[in-house]
Amino acid sequence: MSQSAGQTVSRPVLPSRPATSGLPGFVRTYSSLVALAALIIFNIVFTPNFLTAGAFNANMTQVATIVIVAVGMTFVIATGGIDLSVGSLMAIAGVLAPMFLLDAQQFGAPAVGLALAIVAPLIATTLLGAFNGTLVTKVGLQPIIATLVLYLGGRGIAQLLVNGELRELRNLGSPLISSFEFIGLGQVFGVRFQIIIMLVVVVVAMWVLRATTFGRYVLATGGNPAAARLAGVPVNRVKMTVYCISGFLAGVAGLVVVAINRSSDPHQVGQYMELDAIAAVAVGGTPLSGGRATILGTFIGAMIIQLLRFTLIAHNIPDGITRMVIAGAVVVAVLAQRLRSS
Amino acid sequence: MEGITKEFPGVVALDGASLRVAPGEVHAIIGQNGAGKSTLIKILNGAYRRDGGTILLGGQSVDFHNPLEAQLAGVSTIYQEINLVPYRSVAENIFMGREPRRWGFLDRGKMNRDAQAVLERLGVHIDVQRPLSSLNIALQQMVAIARAISTDARIVIMDEPTSSLDDREVEVLFTVIRGLKANGIAVIYISHRLDELYAVCDRVTIMRDGKTIDERPIAGASKVELVARMLGKEIGEVRRSGVTGFEHRGERPAGEVLVEATDLQGARLDGASVTVRSGEIVGLAGLLGSGRTEVARAVFGADPANGDLRVRGKPARWKSPRDAIRAGFGLCSEDRKADGIIPHMSVRENLTLAALPALSRHGIVDRAEQRKIVDRFIDRLGIKTAGPEQTIRELSGGNQQKVLLARWLCLNPSLLLLDEPTRGIDVGAKAEIQGLIDELADNGLGVLMISSELEEITEGADRVVVLREGRTVAEFDHADVSQDTVMHAMAHGEDETARRRDGKTARRPVEATTADVSSGASVSATLDEPGGSR
Repeated sequence: MSQSAGQTVSRPVLPSRPATSGLPGFVRTYSSLVALAALIIFNIVFTPNFLTAGAFNANMTQVATIVIVAVGMTFVIATGGIDLSVGSLMAIAGVLAPMFLLDAQQFGAPAVGLALAIVAPLIATTLLGAFNGTLVTKVGLQPIIATLVLYLGGRGIAQLLVNGELRELRNLGSPLISSFEFIGLGQVFGVRFQIIIMLVVVVVAMWVLRATTFGRYVLATGGNPAAARLAGVPVNRVKMTVYCISGFLAGVAGLVVVAINRSSDPHQVGQYMELDAIAAVAVGGTPLSGGRATILGTFIGAMIIQLLRFTLIAHNIPDGITRMVIAGAVVVAVLAQRLRSS
Repeated sequence: MEGITKEFPGVVALDGASLRVAPGEVHAIIGQNGAGKSTLIKILNGAYRRDGGTILLGGQSVDFHNPLEAQLAGVSTIYQEINLVPYRSVAENIFMGREPRRWGFLDRGKMNRDAQAVLERLGVHIDVQRPLSSLNIALQQMVAIARAISTDARIVIMDEPTSSLDDREVEVLFTVIRGLKANGIAVIYISHRLDELYAVCDRVTIMRDGKTIDERPIAGASKVELVARMLGKEIGEVRRSGVTGFEHRGERPAGEVLVEATDLQGARLDGASVTVRSGEIVGLAGLLGSGRTEVARAVFGADPANGDLRVRGKPARWKSPRDAIRAGFGLCSEDRKADGIIPHMSVRENLTLAALPALSRHGIVDRAEQRKIVDRFIDRLGIKTAGPEQTIRELSGGNQQKVLLARWLCLNPSLLLLDEPTRGIDVGAKAEIQGLIDELADNGLGVLMISSELEEITEGADRVVVLREGRTVAEFDHADVSQDTVMHAMAHGEDETARRRDGKTARRPVEATTADVSSGASVSATLDEPGGSR
């Protein structure tokens, strides 16, 4: 829009070049925001009880895990990669946490068990992210193949860890379990704790992308890896780090899901999450080719997908049609993006 | 082909180019990068459509819409990268799309027999049922040629066919080419290796700036002549008209030795050596493919290379460009778009990309300091931009280059490696950038400047190093440099000084043998070079 839009690179929703086609500049620039606003207005008018705390909480609860994973995905996509393993990593985090909670007595103090139930899954998924990064940088696999390994194998690991059984947390009723459930169900000043986690992730990620050396390196790596390398950007280390971030955030999302459900099913946790996350990134305006990224856009993109789903379900539209509508939204968003950048 | 024109957005690639090839003739096309060689053959083989001009094939006007049409009309192209299917058999590759059939089924026996026959015509004996990927590049190329002649090609275009072949394989290829010639097939041969032209070609077309400069029998043309025409110079022409922005050549006292690379070996490198001192501009000259870019990249740690690299006298071992950057080096690459600019980033981001570690504390970028530096360099180098936030790809080539120079200058470097620093830049900005390089060297910066433009080398450099086929073949002090001597060294590589300086007499006979084999004629006719720098 204007040269004064200071962070043009970190927020390509605000391109630095003036609008050139016939579409009103505002719609072109903020197309995802406009779509979100339209959805909200539609629901206010047509969906009963949309403006209730219940509906708000339902939507925000569901969107939180998508947003958390999609933020990690945005970093990976910004380097020109992709991470298909996030859903499986969620499942791994999901089965690890109960293992520590349910066997807490082994660790002496219950607090140690609780801490381990949170920290150990996150370390595990971060290391698995590093495994993805190694396949991409050292072995030289294409990201889609490299992360397909854990997409397929990761859920298998999760199933093996618990012999494919569902772990219930709710029947135990120990204070430890209720502390853990705070991650998903607790409230701070009336706001669900997981929503706070989501907001913290979004804000920190926006800041990292915009203000840190690492953030600039991420975009340089995705924008032109050969040039970035010649300018001294540690391209491989940057790629490695984004896969670790993605793994870590998938772990966080896995913990949130298990805490909400009070159970951990290795077959179910994080299923199709990689696709929701990629869709959120694409709808949000981050091109899959890398070099540009918008965390805020990803957040908005996840909201759009969630609200679309909510709207269609609230109006009793069959699931099959819901999926097709979401597919259509992705296509429209990517086309809008192409219009903007051409 | 007559009066062919072709325009791409913003560039005139061909401007009235012509090409005449007779049946049974091997016709070379030579020219520098961007001269229009590949555009011309791509128009002939249907990959591009021409904007103007006529193409007559056997007296008939033709207009190919795609490569398949051209192939059916008898124009086949063998590219550098071989366009075949690696996992299918040799026979399948030769007859792909035209497999012999019987009762509607593939007649594998006939296909194999026919493939064998075609290959034997070429004097190549391989099992046609082997997968293509089990053959070496040279044999794969033979398969590509077999495919071409099995389609009854009348013209076979070969684009740099020898670039990945060794000497013996080159000989085999030449034998095959002579066989094609004997069968009345015309061969269009594109190569940067001048020796090869003498060995196998009849006539040569020289291109420059999208025009056909000359067409002549190869027999009467000397290599120096060919090089001169490619570069648009006359032999004996001396131009010291101050056309460049360089003014202080040879007036600077050279300082300490910054970098000394000896006997670099690697891809396209075969014994290249170069030394740069602080406060001097070393010009690195050589034909396309002579290893100029590779030398710069090796010194910068961008590509792996063997050999001795010393920085300020101490052995250096770069793991990546980061190490070289820490030692005070900077590299501006030849192709700004491919490995210079980060296209979607702003002028500010591009300019400070290499300086980010210096500009940040605990990984957080100091935006105020960053802005200050960017403003200072926009002002100092006169970068024409709407502002620091403008996207770099919207800038002109000259201004992009200034941003990339500033990327290093803001780090206060000791050595800059500049690969074609003024390519694709308009005249005004060109002189400005040359003046800037001149001034930087005055202030003690060491510069290794690669250029295809002879003026830039002869007018700008305090010392000139000439590469040929990956090897340093000559070195001149500014006082001894003339366009003729440089061109001569680029073409022949024969040079007293190089021999004396290196003391590597052992390599001489080897080189002579290779040259003799590939040129089929002696290339010992040497002009005496003036004495070298040391």
